[in-house]
Amino acid sequence: MAEPWEDDELDGPVRKFMYVNRRAPYGTIYALESLEVVLIAAAFEQDVSLVFMDDGVYQIKKEQNTDAIGVKNFSPTYRALEGYDVEKLYVEKESLESRGLTTDDLIVPVQVVEKDQLAELMEEQEVILSF
Amino acid sequence: MPIEVNGKSLEVDEEGYLANLNEWEPEVATIMAKEDGTELTENHWEVINFLREYYEEYQIAPAVRVLTKAIGKKLGKDKGNSKYLYELFPYGPAKQACKYAGLPKPTGCV
Repeated sequence: MAEPWEDDELDGPVRKFMYVNRRAPYGTIYALESLEVVLIAAAFEQDVSLVFMDDGVYQIKKEQNTDAIGVKNFSPTYRALEGYDVEKLYVEKESLESRGLTTDDLIVPVQVVEKDQLAELMEEQEVILSF
Repeated sequence: MPIEVNGKSLEVDEEGYLANLNEWEPEVATIMAKEDGTELTENHWEVINFLREYYEEYQIAPAVRVLTKAIGKKLGKDKGNSKYLYELFPYGPAKQACKYAGLPKPTGCV
């Protein structure tokens, strides 16, 4: 029988998963739930990418302070994604600009893409989950 | 069943993870380890302290693969491997060490 430490190579297919985040970070559970499943997919060594568009761009905005709404500020967790080898973070250009934001306002390095490029990236995916 | 630490009774969940992260003190780890029949060494503490720092920075408990890689980066290759970590924490490095460190069970741990 294999020792437990010899067992952590995962077999099975690696699929291209894209998680599309379109909602504000707080007020609903969508953003946090999305982040959780992203971490799970990454722990299973899937090919994971994230998209932030519409109000979803606020999920990765710097200097979030949730004291007044009494919920946990989970934005530091986006910075852990790199350690999970999740490095494909896309932000839709139009969503960012229409909210008066630039990449300097974001807590993680991202690739800014236009709508058309995003459509192409989506074409390449095997699974797309929208939150 | 809550655990008794320095005269205080601390709430834990059904798997023995501390309910409130802020109630942690080093004694918690010592007592939990004792229940598992383990005596904590410097090497255990290195991992436990690392996990507490990781949580402080990222607000999550890392998956075992991520923990292994990060330990290797910080403490060297001879410690950043599954064999070493499993010898220290035979119930699974992420699960067991996170429990001793007072963190929730790692996300993605089934």
